[in-house]
Amino acid sequence: MRVLVTGASGLLGAATAHGIANRGHQVVVFQRRASGLPFDEVRGDILDVDALTHALVGAEAVVHLAAKVSITGTMADFERVNVEGTRLVLQGARAAGVKRFVYVSSPSVAHTGAPIVGAGAATASPQEARGPYAITKAQAELLALGEDRPGFSVVAIRPHLVWGPGDEQLIGRIITRARAGRLFLIDHGHALIDTTYIDNAASALVAAVERAAEPSVHGRAFVVTNGQPRTVAELLTQITRAAGLPGPTRSVPFAAAYGAGRVVERIWRVRESEPPLTGFLAEQLATAHWFDQRETRLALAWAPAVSLSEGFARLSRWYQLQGCDLPGVIWAGPTSSHPMPGSAH
Amino acid sequence: MNQVEPASLPPADLPGLNPSWSRLVAASDHSGRTCEWHLLDSFAQRSGEIPRLTLICVHGNPTWSYLWRRLVQLAPPDVRVVAVDQLEMGFSERTGLTRRLADRISDLSALTEKLGITGPVITVAHDWGGPISLGWALEHLTQLAGIVLLNTAVHQPVGVSAPALIRLVRSGPLLNLNTVRTPAFLRGTTALSGSKMSRQTAKAFRAPYATADRRVAIGAFVADIPLKADHPSAQALDLIAANMNKFEQVPMLLLWGPGDPVFSDHYLGDLMMRAPHADVHRYEGARHLVSEDDERVVPDLLRWVANLPDERRSTTNPNPVIARQPVRRTRLWDGLHEAAERTPSGTAIAQLAGSGRRVSWRRLADTVDRLAAGLYASGINPGERVALLIPPGADLIAVVYACWRIGAGVVIADAGLGIKGMRRAIRGAAPDHVIAITPGLALARTLRIPGVRLSVKGLAAIARIDAPMPPEPPESATAVIVFTSGATGPAKGVVYRQSQVAGTRDVLREHYAITPADAIVAAFAPWAVFGPTLGVGSAIPDMDVTKPRTLQAVALAEATQAVGGTLLWASPAALTNVIATAGDLTAEQVQSFNSLRLVLAAGAPVPLQLLEQVKELVPNADIRTPYGMTEVLPVSEVDLGEIRAAAGGNGVLVGRPVAGVEVMISALDEDGRPNGVLSAQSDVTGEICVKADHKRDSYDRLWATSQSASRDLGWHRTGDVGHLDPDGRLWVEGRLAHLIRTPQGPVTPVGIEQRVQQLPFVRWAAAVGIGPSGNQAVILIITSTDGTAAGLLDVKRTQLLRDQIPELDIAAVLVRDELPVDIRHNSKIDRQALSVWAAAILAGHR
Repeated sequence: MRVLVTGASGLLGAATAHGIANRGHQVVVFQRRASGLPFDEVRGDILDVDALTHALVGAEAVVHLAAKVSITGTMADFERVNVEGTRLVLQGARAAGVKRFVYVSSPSVAHTGAPIVGAGAATASPQEARGPYAITKAQAELLALGEDRPGFSVVAIRPHLVWGPGDEQLIGRIITRARAGRLFLIDHGHALIDTTYIDNAASALVAAVERAAEPSVHGRAFVVTNGQPRTVAELLTQITRAAGLPGPTRSVPFAAAYGAGRVVERIWRVRESEPPLTGFLAEQLATAHWFDQRETRLALAWAPAVSLSEGFARLSRWYQLQGCDLPGVIWAGPTSSHPMPGSAH
Repeated sequence: MNQVEPASLPPADLPGLNPSWSRLVAASDHSGRTCEWHLLDSFAQRSGEIPRLTLICVHGNPTWSYLWRRLVQLAPPDVRVVAVDQLEMGFSERTGLTRRLADRISDLSALTEKLGITGPVITVAHDWGGPISLGWALEHLTQLAGIVLLNTAVHQPVGVSAPALIRLVRSGPLLNLNTVRTPAFLRGTTALSGSKMSRQTAKAFRAPYATADRRVAIGAFVADIPLKADHPSAQALDLIAANMNKFEQVPMLLLWGPGDPVFSDHYLGDLMMRAPHADVHRYEGARHLVSEDDERVVPDLLRWVANLPDERRSTTNPNPVIARQPVRRTRLWDGLHEAAERTPSGTAIAQLAGSGRRVSWRRLADTVDRLAAGLYASGINPGERVALLIPPGADLIAVVYACWRIGAGVVIADAGLGIKGMRRAIRGAAPDHVIAITPGLALARTLRIPGVRLSVKGLAAIARIDAPMPPEPPESATAVIVFTSGATGPAKGVVYRQSQVAGTRDVLREHYAITPADAIVAAFAPWAVFGPTLGVGSAIPDMDVTKPRTLQAVALAEATQAVGGTLLWASPAALTNVIATAGDLTAEQVQSFNSLRLVLAAGAPVPLQLLEQVKELVPNADIRTPYGMTEVLPVSEVDLGEIRAAAGGNGVLVGRPVAGVEVMISALDEDGRPNGVLSAQSDVTGEICVKADHKRDSYDRLWATSQSASRDLGWHRTGDVGHLDPDGRLWVEGRLAHLIRTPQGPVTPVGIEQRVQQLPFVRWAAAVGIGPSGNQAVILIITSTDGTAAGLLDVKRTQLLRDQIPELDIAAVLVRDELPVDIRHNSKIDRQALSVWAAAILAGHR
């Protein structure tokens, strides 16, 4: 079938596009800038209806990844891209006769700030979600699932903390801070959290496209993770070690980190780049959130193929190839001041 | 003039109450006038259908049929539940009449006649509904199939003053103020429930009593409690109490909240005396509204109903169960008398504490007889219970045997339960008497343990009484009530009959080939009690028996020397300290250990290394570890050689079942429930189930627990999980309560811990699950051998641990300075506490 992938310039979008193509499907990608991917491509803004209509011609399925994912910005910016953008893609898809719609969401749509300990995918809650990103993603998820009907199967997939070689959202930030000697733990990094290795997140999205019409799948939201919760301290240590850097040793109390984060948020609002710490991030790094994967695996007939330890080994090899395995070497790889769509959730 | 108001239906929005259950039924009352009742009826929408059984439920004061809503909801389809609001109460008619006990019994009979309830009936009642339902039951014996009572009374027990609360409420002008003019009594009753009742539920209980007019009967009801003989209702109540013997063929269930300030355990004791055949379950922690306080009450009640013998079925049963002919065993005191004749001046008991004490066989036999006669003459009767607060030693042993000779059961709560646990345990067993050393007596007073109190000093005088011996008791007499260590909830009382104690003794004697030439060194307290019945002398080392890990090597050597000990029984914690202090021994003391031919290390899993060290110190002895529990001991046994050969298996090898014991496994399903049929198939992990003549009789006043811990006619569920290997040997993999329920299925902890403990930097390890059942993450908690700081283990060594358990995903490894262990054995790791602790840490900021 012909599958449209929006937001394919990001890490997850590109991996998903490859995954779908590897299953023998025809892929079209849609994003603002050239993706460099070996697929049919339509360029345009998510709010550009004409471009969208063009991209959707002949498509049987859509994987909608395009979103504004940064942790700061005005509510209006988030609403425009995440809510209005999703509404337009849904509208265009139905008009074009698309049969399957995979909305790429985030577990943060149901995260109220309380620890999540082994729970399943709760209903998205714009009222309780924290921060503009999570609020607008929650609104869009409800919007998308509300469109599920016979002949138009909608499923929401919520990959949790996707990471892998080349990821700038999570890994890049951690390494930048570690290199600057400013990587610290909050409350000793004891919180247990789930993460998702990039290949597993992509294969889950491919499975979602193929199984979207199943009665146990359409109309529902599924959290996707590696199913291997780890403490924040261990994750940060494994990631920095993969880059040949020492792990974090200092710890600050949650209250201090949260307070500092809120101050930074207020000051940073006027700047262009991403802030080093926000209250939301402090909370994310200090509160347990790991999930129940049993239903996800059963419904999608999917299981993660790459374990965490294999993932860290691949990350380590990637850094070695980048030539930045030696501590002290200043890394000169590409950086982006723009948020990368769809890579961190 | 009391207000008149017709019956009405309850509001439609009360939590847990389905409006379709409500009916209004008019029936004539005792005076012949027609009154309208409100009642809940599970067959309200099924008129014309005939139930297999009807439960008639009577509430007390000041509640209403709302009390029985869960019973109506959960009853099986062929059982009809009728829960009435008594006249003048709940939503039934207010006629303005004052109704006394006898009136209310007649009123209820008239109603059930009107309802056409002619089939088998079980009465269910709470509080002052009890006497009313029993009055009804006496008038309907032919259709009576059973009686269920929750916190109620039929009589003021001797020596117990009326419930202080009722006396207070009854005192003069307070009565009206408390019960009618203000809702204080009403609120008080819902407050008598534990703290668990929600505000909505409490409100629902008060719903029919919103105004003073509607509360008139509450006051009248309290006033109808006959505290004095000349009360108008005293005769009716006495009649019921006096006729309780008419129910001796009627199955009865007593469900009790012991924290009830109105109907205390005294009233339970009174009912049990009047109906000794009754099944009893005390819900530790529950109060007056027991069915509100403990959600198990209604399911347990329905289980009891379902288990009642069905007459239609039993008469046609082609395969009646044939009772096994019990083995006739020698009486518990025979061994003692035989030894006294054989070697009168030989040592029966050597007590090493203090300046030391030696009791000869003749002296012990004589003391036991004299005490039995004296205690019997002093009022301790066969069938009664005697709590003993005496430290292990000669005094304790003499009193235990004297009680057995009378046929009284001894209640032994060891200090290992902690003061609170002891109080709960002993009060729960409701002893008739307490015998204690002086500090124990003070303790008995402060713990408010009921019963007649005697001091050990007073015993000397009692032993001098010139009195006849009591008649010999039957071997079915209760011998002892001991308590489980309470690792999983409040300690449970375990009842052994004399025949079962004798059974345990005979298994020990046969299995260990014990002869009069042997002598016991009892570093594990219960062991000493078996000495006299085995006809074997025993030595009790100078140690704090409540802290086994304080046993010094020198104290053990002295005890061994004192009797030429051949058999040593000690807990692993005690043996650990003996090895640690072995350097203090003189050469002569080391030599003294050569007389030991057998060392039993029991009470908890024993590390191989410790056994090897013991073997070095006691070279002539066979080192064995028996496996068993408070309910059955021993179950199986293994020796050092086998343990050595078995390293690397999944769990702790506890060996083959001893003679007379059968062991089977009930396989776990994928949710970790032991639902499999009993099987001896090898390499299947499941709950270990045991059948043996010497197993416990039942749990004391825990009918539902006895039921849950038993299965397939006579099998005891141990609560331990393990498997049998192809050689028929049993391996223990942990407690059922400590299973880790991962998405991949249940995982047992012990095998994991053993593999992790092979790493040199790990001293002890515990494997626990956190998160919801079925999706638990595996967490390891270790103590280190190298002083690693408490907290998260570093990533490098975490990886080493993971490599030991490649088949599982270990989410995190935490380091502690110590692992929590039980008080009694100092060696059972409390994995539940560790799980709660780890979950809190790994949740991060809340």
